Amino acid sequence: MTLLNRLSESNRLSESNRLSESNRPSERQPIVETFISAERPHYRRPLIQTPFFPRSQDFVETDAYIPWSGYSTLDVFSSVEQEYFAIRNSASLFDLTPMVKYRIAGPDAQDYLNRLVTRDISKLKTNRVAYTVWCNDAGHVIDDGTVFRLSETEFRLCTAERQLDWLLESAHGFAVEIAEVTADIAALALQGPTSCAILTALGCHGVELLKPFEIGHFVVENTRLMVSRTGFTGDLGYELWLPPESAVTMWDALMRVGKLRGLRPIGYRALDMARIEAGFILPNVDFVSCAHTIRLQRETTPYELGLDWAVALDKGHFNGRRPLLLEKQNGPRRRLVGLELEGNKAAHGSLVYTGKNDHDHVGEITSALWSPTCKRNIAYAMIAAPHFSSKSPFWVDIYLHRELHWERRMVQAKIVDRVFYLPERRKQTPAPSR
Amino acid sequence: MSQHYQSIIIGAGHNGLVCAAYLARAGNSVLVLDANGWLGGAASTQSFYPGFRLSRVAHLLHALPQNLISELQLHQHGLQFASSNMATYALSTQRLPLRLHNGHIENLPDEYAQDQVRYHAFVKQMNRFAAVIQSLNSKMPSRVIPATWRERLDLLRVGLKLRLLGRRDMREFLRIAGMNVYDLLEERFQSPELKGALALDATLGAEHGPRSPGTVLNYLHRWAGLRNAGSNGIAQVSGGMGALSEAVALSAKHAGTEIRLNTAVKRILVESDRAVGVELENGEQIYANQVVSNADPKTSYLNLLGPRHLDTEFVRRIKHYRCKGLTAKLHLALNSLPTFSQLPVAALSQRLIIAPSLDYVEQAFNPSKYGELPPEPVLEITLPSVADSSLAPCGQHVLSAIVQYVPYELREAPAEIKKQFVGQLLALLERYAPGISAQVIHAELLLPADLEQQFHLHGGHWHHGALTFDQFFFTRPIPGAAQYQSPVAGFYLCGAGNHPGGGVMGIAGQLAARRILANPLA
Repeated sequence: MTLLNRLSESNRLSESNRLSESNRPSERQPIVETFISAERPHYRRPLIQTPFFPRSQDFVETDAYIPWSGYSTLDVFSSVEQEYFAIRNSASLFDLTPMVKYRIAGPDAQDYLNRLVTRDISKLKTNRVAYTVWCNDAGHVIDDGTVFRLSETEFRLCTAERQLDWLLESAHGFAVEIAEVTADIAALALQGPTSCAILTALGCHGVELLKPFEIGHFVVENTRLMVSRTGFTGDLGYELWLPPESAVTMWDALMRVGKLRGLRPIGYRALDMARIEAGFILPNVDFVSCAHTIRLQRETTPYELGLDWAVALDKGHFNGRRPLLLEKQNGPRRRLVGLELEGNKAAHGSLVYTGKNDHDHVGEITSALWSPTCKRNIAYAMIAAPHFSSKSPFWVDIYLHRELHWERRMVQAKIVDRVFYLPERRKQTPAPSR
Repeated sequence: MSQHYQSIIIGAGHNGLVCAAYLARAGNSVLVLDANGWLGGAASTQSFYPGFRLSRVAHLLHALPQNLISELQLHQHGLQFASSNMATYALSTQRLPLRLHNGHIENLPDEYAQDQVRYHAFVKQMNRFAAVIQSLNSKMPSRVIPATWRERLDLLRVGLKLRLLGRRDMREFLRIAGMNVYDLLEERFQSPELKGALALDATLGAEHGPRSPGTVLNYLHRWAGLRNAGSNGIAQVSGGMGALSEAVALSAKHAGTEIRLNTAVKRILVESDRAVGVELENGEQIYANQVVSNADPKTSYLNLLGPRHLDTEFVRRIKHYRCKGLTAKLHLALNSLPTFSQLPVAALSQRLIIAPSLDYVEQAFNPSKYGELPPEPVLEITLPSVADSSLAPCGQHVLSAIVQYVPYELREAPAEIKKQFVGQLLALLERYAPGISAQVIHAELLLPADLEQQFHLHGGHWHHGALTFDQFFFTRPIPGAAQYQSPVAGFYLCGAGNHPGGGVMGIAGQLAARRILANPLA
């Protein structure tokens, strides 16, 4: 019996105890006591725990829990810096279970997804993964995510936010079944230079032959393990998909073989640093989903996000195609670009100017980082047309809070490629496995 | 690849034929296709029992514009009226029936004598107000935010028309336009039969009872239609409504239109986001520069074009387009002329209605909200064979009645309640025309579900969708597709689900043709 089963068993026992207690009103437990009890029922827990929680909590030194899609997850386990360098120099393990997952299956599943998302899903082969965005009628981005093709007629769609209403609404006229499977699948991101070596040591023979965005199926520790060469760090890395019952066993096995390969669990903050270096955008940080915007023109299009390559205008009709076709012809109103700045202070939330005057304001920084690996001061900025194609330098004002005193610095910045970090091993096949 | 046309029109209903006639007269090569074996769709004359024929859905003409009749030369192509400018008799079991005609009431009891003057003033006022609606109805709907100077000018003209009503009238128009007709009639009149009769006019073919908001708009819309009809008023077409469709078809054929009946379209062919033709049920493909659908919006977009050529939100709006019919049709074959108590024989060729009071109409509406049949339905009755002997064997007659309110989605299985409901309707008629049950040779009842199935009307709504403020003018059928043009280039709609809506009016077909011809790609 796994620990998870044991937990639910003890829950059942305590539930029956409570029922018998409620028959004797005079001895009913006070509510406060019930609330702080470790065995309190799910409706008294605002956030739920992932199946890895029984093990991951052993590594927690900070108690820095943050909510993510209804789950309690970790911002930091012990130290952001050490966790970040695990991603870049050894290997990191990130609990991906809260990522929202949908199963989309049926004879029309491919046509359905092709109408839903901007990329051409008919070109996606079985056991391949594609990053994509999807839009509303106006061509404004609702969310981004990944499409996994599991067979001719079955897909998995991973999204940043819950989308079931939109997915079901879009299904009219298509023979598809759509179900949320977030809680049915436990997921881990194993990322870093030694990640392939760890999987090989775990018994995933041939995992080094997986190409980027390819899916492989393995049996390790008596568990079916689906491995995709995908990730959010821009490094060599894999995402592991397994039944929740096997979560603890798999965690233990990974930690065992990862011990000598520098594997450590990481929280959200280290991942966020890595994804900025890699050029990956984050919903509600680098753009606001059109499902949430309330102000006019705060919606974003794929072209504004620099995702031209992900919009297949020639694949037939899809949601938002007609306005996107117009935008392709006329050019976007603004564009998310990479910036390299002077100095070493990250320009969080700063404004971007073409000159040193207020009326020269042409954009905003959405993500910023002093990149420890690139040793560059990097940022993403949403810059208005036509300035986003300008070769001349911009000015960025950085506010520094120093012992209750604000200092403003105007630093120069220039537009560069948004992919700041791209190690060779990320694309190498066979992947380095020793 | 078979023949290539400039325009293919799906559906030989009256709007489809009108659209075809205008396109053909402008030089287009036009092909009209219809799944059924008859012309006119719901504007048709059919036999429902050997020897007995009648207009099987719409049975009175009251909104066909005179300019359409003259432009398409419909009289030259065979259109004749068996009777025109018909009077309305509001039947009552207690009193002499009221006769409403040209703003005058006959047989008004002395206690309600004031209603005579008030009715006269009311008719004049409604006529003035209807002129504003008519000026909207005769134009292609503007966008909410006008995109062209022509649209701005059109909206300005309507605004000017409203302003020219004068201060008192404009204020009254704005006050009542969104109101329910129940309160309006209670303000103006005393006679229950008069109020009932006017409430029927305001709710005929609608999804609402007199107390529902928006019924005054529906009433003004009917008045606007009557203004189109001009001196013809409410009219009965000689040979039934099908004769009108045949006249339009002849006019269209005269201009070169080709019409193929018994030819069901399976889907619209789309290439590179442009409609390029149709595929028939038998697999044949026919190509055209543009495809025009006279089917209702739901059938056109969800079945013929298909959601995969449309966006999610657009499909959602079309799915929520309200088009559930509340109107059934009763047809009787009679072995002799019935006698309505206290009604002169000459009145039998006119329009007879059973709606004796406001509450009677509202109470007939109430059960429909819950999928139930009315205990006492509201009826609009004609005996078309009285003025047109071609419809029934000598000495015998047909009765055609619009029955409200019969919900599309019935709580019980239609087959089970149909027979019972026919009995109920005959019992009701018996109270006004004693002995009529014994004269019945054959009775036919078409429920909204029958209308849907036989006449391809989604939801059985014979106006192709409720005519309410949210489905009116620049939002008919839905915002973003109200200019007869779909999001897919080359695919147009010309049916009653578009501005200005249902009734045998033909303006939707007329304006759709104008829209298509204004498009340089045509």
